[in-house]
Amino acid sequence: MSPDLLSFDHPLTRLVVGLLCVFAFVGLNGLVLVWVERKVAGHVQLRPGPLHVGPYGLLQPIVDAVKLVGKQLAMPAGADKYLYWAAPLLAFAPVTVCFLPLPFDPDLAPMRLNIGLVLILAFSGLGVLSLILAGWGSNNKWGLLGAARAVAQSVAYEVPLLLAVMSVAITAGSLDLYEITGKQGGWPWQWYGVQNPLAFFIFLVCAVAETNRAPFDLPEAESELTAGFHTEYSGMGFGLFFLAEYANMIVVSGVAAALFLGGWQGPFLSGILWFLVKVYAILLLMIWMRWTYPRVRFDQLLNLSWKWLTPLAIIDLALVVIIKGIGG
Amino acid sequence: MQAFDTAQLPRDPSSVRFEPGPTEDKLILSMGPQHPSTHGVLRILLELDGEYIVRAEPVLGYIHRMHEWMAEQKTYFQFMPNMGRVDYLHAMAWNWAYAGAVERLAGIEVPERGEHIRVAVTELNRISSHLLWWGAYLLDLGAFTPIMYAFDDREILLDILQAVTGSRLTYSYFTFGGVYNDVPDDFASRCLAFTKHLRSRLPMYRDLVTDNVILRGRCEGIGEMDVDLARRYGATGPVLRGSGAPVDTRRAEPYSVYGKFDFRIPAYSQGDAMARYMVRMDELETSCDIIDQAVSNLPDGPCSAKAPKTLKPPKGEACYAVEGARGKILVHVRSDGGPKPYRVKLRAPGFSNLSVFCELARGTLLADAVSILGSLDLVIPEIDR
Amino acid sequence: MSVSALFEEACTGLKSLFVGLGITGKAFCQPQVTVIYPKQEVDNLSTFRGHVELVGKEDDPSVPRCVACGACVKACPSDCLTILCPVPAKEGEQDAPVAMGPAPQKGSKTPGAVIVDFSLCSLCGQCAKTCPVDSLRFSDNPYMVALDRKEFRIDLMARLKRQAEEE
Repeated sequence: MSPDLLSFDHPLTRLVVGLLCVFAFVGLNGLVLVWVERKVAGHVQLRPGPLHVGPYGLLQPIVDAVKLVGKQLAMPAGADKYLYWAAPLLAFAPVTVCFLPLPFDPDLAPMRLNIGLVLILAFSGLGVLSLILAGWGSNNKWGLLGAARAVAQSVAYEVPLLLAVMSVAITAGSLDLYEITGKQGGWPWQWYGVQNPLAFFIFLVCAVAETNRAPFDLPEAESELTAGFHTEYSGMGFGLFFLAEYANMIVVSGVAAALFLGGWQGPFLSGILWFLVKVYAILLLMIWMRWTYPRVRFDQLLNLSWKWLTPLAIIDLALVVIIKGIGG
Repeated sequence: MQAFDTAQLPRDPSSVRFEPGPTEDKLILSMGPQHPSTHGVLRILLELDGEYIVRAEPVLGYIHRMHEWMAEQKTYFQFMPNMGRVDYLHAMAWNWAYAGAVERLAGIEVPERGEHIRVAVTELNRISSHLLWWGAYLLDLGAFTPIMYAFDDREILLDILQAVTGSRLTYSYFTFGGVYNDVPDDFASRCLAFTKHLRSRLPMYRDLVTDNVILRGRCEGIGEMDVDLARRYGATGPVLRGSGAPVDTRRAEPYSVYGKFDFRIPAYSQGDAMARYMVRMDELETSCDIIDQAVSNLPDGPCSAKAPKTLKPPKGEACYAVEGARGKILVHVRSDGGPKPYRVKLRAPGFSNLSVFCELARGTLLADAVSILGSLDLVIPEIDR
Repeated sequence: MSVSALFEEACTGLKSLFVGLGITGKAFCQPQVTVIYPKQEVDNLSTFRGHVELVGKEDDPSVPRCVACGACVKACPSDCLTILCPVPAKEGEQDAPVAMGPAPQKGSKTPGAVIVDFSLCSLCGQCAKTCPVDSLRFSDNPYMVALDRKEFRIDLMARLKRQAEEE
């Protein structure tokens, strides 16, 4: 007998409620992250950052969002109408799905899957499709170049990313994010990130590349391709890409926190708090890196992936398998 | 929605030679005049094969302001403020080139104190130009923060120059026979404090940027140019010194009191973007050395010779070359004895430096082209004049 | 290249990245250098070179030293100065209202109006340099904002009077 549809135990109800919560979570975190990014950028550059709207400029992202919503949605002549408008939606929608299997807390599970990791990896792979569509659909040469870069970059970085994730999955013996988190402890030496730092490092580099963040922000490389794939997007079209970028960042940071930093586990604080603290620590690191480094060149980016990260990840995986085999 | 017909657009004469044929599988890309890394209003037509550049051609003239023509319409004095606008980043050097040419023509001697002040402010201005280039070049390469640090240091320098000249960017400080007004009393001490501060900041610049592995990857081996190529195109300044020829107008044709000072002329033989980068970074130190020497024994006396209120130089012509932040600046003035110059020719170093770009960019990636363009340190208003 | 050299290079590269992070991290903790304009002001406005202004006579600061010779008008590269002085009346027209004409006017040693059009001025200082009686100097007024181009036509005589009254 399946549970009542209105009760919280029904999987469909959980999914709907979870999705709504996720939308709220993404929206809220996107706004907070925009503020954090600008504030960090400001302080790194010896300026105060947003200041005038609200206390400490906290309301600045909201004002920005209102501005974006209020702008005209323009489409260049000769653009493919359907692809052009499908792209920003496609950028944003898969990311929200990725939030569902994230282990925020042992008791807070929008959708608990035994293959949650696979779901996240599959859906985050979809994100690149939106970049291709945006670049191709907008009938713009810069956009096209950006799209071409996005494809090569995404293909190159998914391989070491998967290998790094796999080494953790093999160590834990599970693809369930809850189980992987559960197998780690509350103290740093119990984290897979400390036990297997190479995989953690590879994952972090690939995460930055997957989310198109500096120094790997080649698809939108501002000083080379003006804005790359989203050159032609205005208003909320751009806004959705922007939000998707931040949502993507939260997802990869969430996965990193769950896989390598023991997720919700930690002393003194409650589960979800620890999880958010770890997620934001990784986000801060990504923001910090963005405001420090120049952008790498395209062939260097691919070289880094194929000549360094992929072999290292394979070696790491082999070591993990051997150790696991010896240990039983 | 109406179909977009490119045939209805007006033909762009500069891109005619770039029209692809029906079978050519190349992408024609117009980079600029509004592009984040073609500083100002440079337009570059690119023929791309994938992301590789097959052909590159700069299109100039978007900010042509007829400075040379203006010179013929104004008196010698009245043309002075134009010089600050030719190359707004190293206005002092242009001031100097024009003032020097007219002084040579009219036979005006500059007093010792005036020369020392001229050297000090020109070198200060060179530092400000290099600092801005440094920040902007890193912006081109995708690093956003260094420009803020550079501007932080540049601010101190601009405060000194503001106290001297009253303006912060487009100086018109030189007059025929010296400088517009004498420097304030604390000028020397402020300059010395600034050079000390800048020297203490240079290690930070090196750690943050110069040693950075990503930057080295973006600069080393990019846009390699040998001395012959540089000479053939008439490249000067850091671009020439970056390809191994230690040629500097301050040393090669010593003007003013530069012969008195002891300074090193940095040169790197690699000829790539990194070499040009290193030359400019070393020049920051060189300029600091010169400033120290110029202000630490500032001679007494007048800062300016008495020049006639209406200048009518004798018939004839004169050239004056100075070393600007971007290379050799030369002003050629021809007088017919009247109150207005008959002809003024401005030789902008950026123009020659830009011409090398076509050769350097061929066969590189689009990202490299941005790196090369930045490493040439172009100021478009100077090129277009 | 041997493998060990390759790894050595990778290590120095990685180290340079961490050093870079260290520098920006240190900057993050430092106080900001921005001067937030409406709340704070920069402290070097006294050396700022704004539009030109008239210098008053020592015994009467509300009257300019200007002798209406028109040298500055001629020196200006961009024609932004206008000096008007009363035109000497012709024979038999003594009762007519005084007409104003551009300086110099014969017999007129005081200006009727000195106007600078700041929208044309490039602050080169040629006018102040040529003035035979040092009646022009740069003001240190950086606040030049207006909604209308006309507001940049500054009446220097009125400005001098105002300044004299304020003192």
